Amino acid sequence: MNDPERVVGPAVVQTRALRKVYGELVAVHGLDLEIARGEVFGLLGPNGSGKTTTIRMLCGLVVPTSGSANVAGLDVATNTEGVRRRIGYMSQRYGLYDELTVAENLRFYSSVYGLVGHDREQRLAAHVESLGLGSRLKQRAGTLSGGWKQRLALACATAHHPDLVFLDEPTAGVDPAARRTFWETIYQLAREGTTILVTTHYMDEAERCQRLAFLSRGHLIGLGTPAEIVKQFNANTIEDVFVMLQQRDEADEAVLSVARPS
Amino acid sequence: MLWKEFLQLRRDRLTFAMMTLLPAMQLLLFGYAVQTDVRRLPTVVVDESRSSESRALIRVLANTDNFTFVAALPDRASAKRWIERGAARVALVIPPEYQRNIRSGNTGVAQMLIDAADPQSSGAAISGAQLAAQARGAQLLASQYKIRPPVEIRVRPWYNPAQKSATFIVPGIVGILLTITMTLIASAAIVKERERGTLEQLIVTPIGRTSLMLGKLVPFVLVGYVQMTVVLALGVIFFDIPIMGSLVLLYALALVFIVASLGVGLLISTVARSQVQAMQLGYFFMLPNILLSGYIFPRAAMPEPAQWIGAALPLTWFLDILRGVLLKGVGMRDLWTQLGVLSALSFVLLVVSVRRFSKTLD
Repeated sequence: MNDPERVVGPAVVQTRALRKVYGELVAVHGLDLEIARGEVFGLLGPNGSGKTTTIRMLCGLVVPTSGSANVAGLDVATNTEGVRRRIGYMSQRYGLYDELTVAENLRFYSSVYGLVGHDREQRLAAHVESLGLGSRLKQRAGTLSGGWKQRLALACATAHHPDLVFLDEPTAGVDPAARRTFWETIYQLAREGTTILVTTHYMDEAERCQRLAFLSRGHLIGLGTPAEIVKQFNANTIEDVFVMLQQRDEADEAVLSVARPS
Repeated sequence: MLWKEFLQLRRDRLTFAMMTLLPAMQLLLFGYAVQTDVRRLPTVVVDESRSSESRALIRVLANTDNFTFVAALPDRASAKRWIERGAARVALVIPPEYQRNIRSGNTGVAQMLIDAADPQSSGAAISGAQLAAQARGAQLLASQYKIRPPVEIRVRPWYNPAQKSATFIVPGIVGILLTITMTLIASAAIVKERERGTLEQLIVTPIGRTSLMLGKLVPFVLVGYVQMTVVLALGVIFFDIPIMGSLVLLYALALVFIVASLGVGLLISTVARSQVQAMQLGYFFMLPNILLSGYIFPRAAMPEPAQWIGAALPLTWFLDILRGVLLKGVGMRDLWTQLGVLSALSFVLLVVSVRRFSKTLD
């Protein structure tokens, strides 16, 4: 699954010196990133490394302090709504309406993307089938298990056939079997030409990505296939790299707090 | 958006019940408790005159309905004790020379002691005493000296001839309950989505700010109408509220008011970060509505700044409409100002809330 060969194609995501500052805290230091069509791209890093902020900037949820971002060929800053029509977004909290059924959630989100009437019903039927949600259509979303919620959230985020799907820590709190099914679906989407940008701190998931970007305190410190990353940091596995980075961060933190007596 | 909100509303039975049943209970509580008419004040009599004139005066006072005579006492000291104990609110003292003075052409003076701690009941006692004195005076003039009083004003209380406070208060309750529920549910609306993480999801979709906001509002308008109907119906059944004017007109005008109240709620929800905050802001907004809108306290009696604040509240204008249509039966001709002000308020509130609501998280 770890395709060493880099996916070459037109860039779906392109950022130039993308930067976000919250007061004193620099969440993302000038980020340059390019992601090609149909790529499964992983954004990795410890908590607080700027993953979620980056994704939110790309979706137009957060306005960058400086720099630019192009998504699906459109400038996020000037054509936010255009970008929003072409992306799907699945947040850590799934964003489902608990009191609505599976079918109603799907219908709602697809209508928000401008799908209506017969066209919508047809598309949804196909979508439900490919994601295996058929048996749960009438169930309230609030009563679904974690794995099913995740699947429904993915379905809601992709019903309008976006060019690009953002998955922000999609498999937190989901059992291994459900995670496996989830990743099969992800690859299915990628084969159909959808670009996937996923943040995670599960190492097995990171290894499933075709390319990875490692973030640490808002800096991009590593970019490449999982194998390249491992080599770059002289480690055995992605997990080693991750742990190493986290420890370095904590050490830096300690140095900083010594240097800055408060 | 609209369709989803309706579905959610239907599923959320508890909220729906709260929006209709709670107001009904509040109406009954308010309606029965907030009675400002003071009748039958417990009164004791110290009749030192013990004459036909003094008995006539007592009869006249009893006829005003403001007093109920509970005891006849021998002296002032015991009357004072009754008032101190709270067993009586009023003591009527008729001195021994009362009849003698009247018969000899002087003024017969009786004294009334009033527990004036509560100005509203003492007001009733004072006006009752004055009425009784005038009435008795006129009777005596007519019977003994064949003189008629030179001036008389005949008072005709229109619109609420029995002067029942419920007739005045209950239409106000319709308004105040609508204000409370509309503001609270609208303020919870956006904040609730924010708390559950669905707002984040909605923002990344291409849905417009205006349709997001309006989609939230329209179902609540329906809730508002249901609530108004429930409260009005109960008002008619339990408090004999007259419906002099056109209900169609009332419902049509209520729309602008409901939208204005929802606008206030939406504005709150663009400021508040949690449902608790939204609630607190909502209650903060309630206070001026109860005090300054003319719901219980007449606006004419307020200092000017308070009147200006009152004029900025949608409820103030809607109360004019409610009382106008229900009690006076006025038509559209007399309500253009109210409609105009309410429309302007709604428009401003909605535009500001939509502007304030930004489709970003920071």
